[in-house]
Amino acid sequence: MTRIEFWQGNTACAEGALAAGCNFFGGYPITPSTEVAEIMAAKMPKKGGVFIQMEDEIAGIASIIGASWTGARSMTATSGPGFSLMMENIGYAAMTETPCMIVNVQRGGPSTGQPTMGAQGDMMQVRFGSQGDYAIIALCPANVQEMYELTARAFNLADQYRVPVFLMADEIVGHMREKIIIPDSMPQIPRRPLVKGTLPFKAGADLVPGFPQFGKGYGVHVTGLTHDERGYPAATNPQLHEALVRRLVDKIENARHAIADFDIINPDAEQVFIAYGAPVRTVQQVMHDHPDKNIGFLRLRTVWPFPEFALREFKNVKRFLMPELNLGQMAREVERHVRVPVVSIQKLGGELTTPTELVAALEAPL
Amino acid sequence: MRHEVRFSGFGGQGIILSAVILGRAAVMYDNKFAVQTQVYGPEARGGASMSQVIIDDEQILYPKVANPGIFVIMSQEGFEKYGAGAPKDAVMLVDATLVHSRPQCKYLEIPGTREAKQTLGKDIVANIVMLGALVASTHVVSEAALEKAILDSVPKGTETLNIKAMKLGIELGKGAQAHEVT
Repeated sequence: MTRIEFWQGNTACAEGALAAGCNFFGGYPITPSTEVAEIMAAKMPKKGGVFIQMEDEIAGIASIIGASWTGARSMTATSGPGFSLMMENIGYAAMTETPCMIVNVQRGGPSTGQPTMGAQGDMMQVRFGSQGDYAIIALCPANVQEMYELTARAFNLADQYRVPVFLMADEIVGHMREKIIIPDSMPQIPRRPLVKGTLPFKAGADLVPGFPQFGKGYGVHVTGLTHDERGYPAATNPQLHEALVRRLVDKIENARHAIADFDIINPDAEQVFIAYGAPVRTVQQVMHDHPDKNIGFLRLRTVWPFPEFALREFKNVKRFLMPELNLGQMAREVERHVRVPVVSIQKLGGELTTPTELVAALEAPL
Repeated sequence: MRHEVRFSGFGGQGIILSAVILGRAAVMYDNKFAVQTQVYGPEARGGASMSQVIIDDEQILYPKVANPGIFVIMSQEGFEKYGAGAPKDAVMLVDATLVHSRPQCKYLEIPGTREAKQTLGKDIVANIVMLGALVASTHVVSEAALEKAILDSVPKGTETLNIKAMKLGIELGKGAQAHEVT
């Protein structure tokens, strides 16, 4: 039996993680993500899992990387400066192919900025914030239901692709309370173990090596240095480095059709909104209030890897309109895939884009 | 039918909790949709606190309150910051004990804090008195739903007190004379 709740987005995130079998939370509380840690602290021990408050966010992500190697479904939650502190170890997780789940309830930046206000200013940081070339997966919820469901899916993606997966929420969705229908259970896709006798970083056709979990009898060396298929440092071998980094990127980019999660509405429209996170709600309101305007909508839940093939579904599009709570970060990504104009509808300050602002953009001359 | 309700008062009066209870009543017990948001910041502890609820029969898309039609104001500072600009077609419940200004719109004077103290001996339940009065005068949720949502939300051991507060508020709301726009 499903059940109904009236939950805050951050509550739904914590509960979605527990439903997904998350059994390790390490982190450092920070507004506006703190409720996630609070709920995990209260509930995780009762479920036989571990909650640990670390000394800072650097240690928080380090702890979830370590926990993941022992087989845990591990998670942290942060915002703003805490996310910046995590950057080095996010690269380490990408390089060591460590499945882990990181929640960023975005607030206004840069720096300590606006702790209690919403933003989407970390969309490029999540993709490129750590040094070197790598790839990650980022999901964006637009309502409390998705805070639950995308959190649960993030754990599956992390295990499936051995990669850090990010729930890129925002203060608006994290703190609003609304109706949510709790599913009976969330599907759990387990991590594929390394076949004994195979080299620990040797991948097959899907480019994802099996996982040699600590304590299961594998001999494995884990390092952030460029490593060979045995896991041993080989940092001066140019061909090996290139092959490794290309595999880390390709294992995600090649799978972008399978990872993608989006809705296409009115594909024949000439004016098409693209949105993710809280601004989705404003687009939905405008479409509801103006059925006469024949508005198209690409509603993204997966933002990275960017599903550029979805843009081609809008055959008659004359322009894309992209409301974001930043200065057009994802609009730049869209621009490099299309030939028509991309209108970036930018909002800073912490409040949500209003329907009036979107209608004004729609009515501006083409 | 979409209703947008705004609560304001000072930190510690249970302004946020009032909004959460109202939203919960709508969603859990009246089979409606609701979204609750709040001004979330240092001012929530002292200063003017504010929280809003949208209640609708249909799914709520844009989650922010644009034009509140119902106000519950429990402090003078809350009135000045979040109530004074109420549109003429709005209705406002003012805690007559604590708010000395009156709005341009239709309003009801509910002596929530005074009655909570004098009748129940606990001014801490003034917000529940105001909630009872709100539901009696506007019917944004049913009284049965409100009662269940209060019982879900208040600390163990205070259920009887809070239900008394709600019933007191319902009486005050039914008996209050609405002051029409002049």
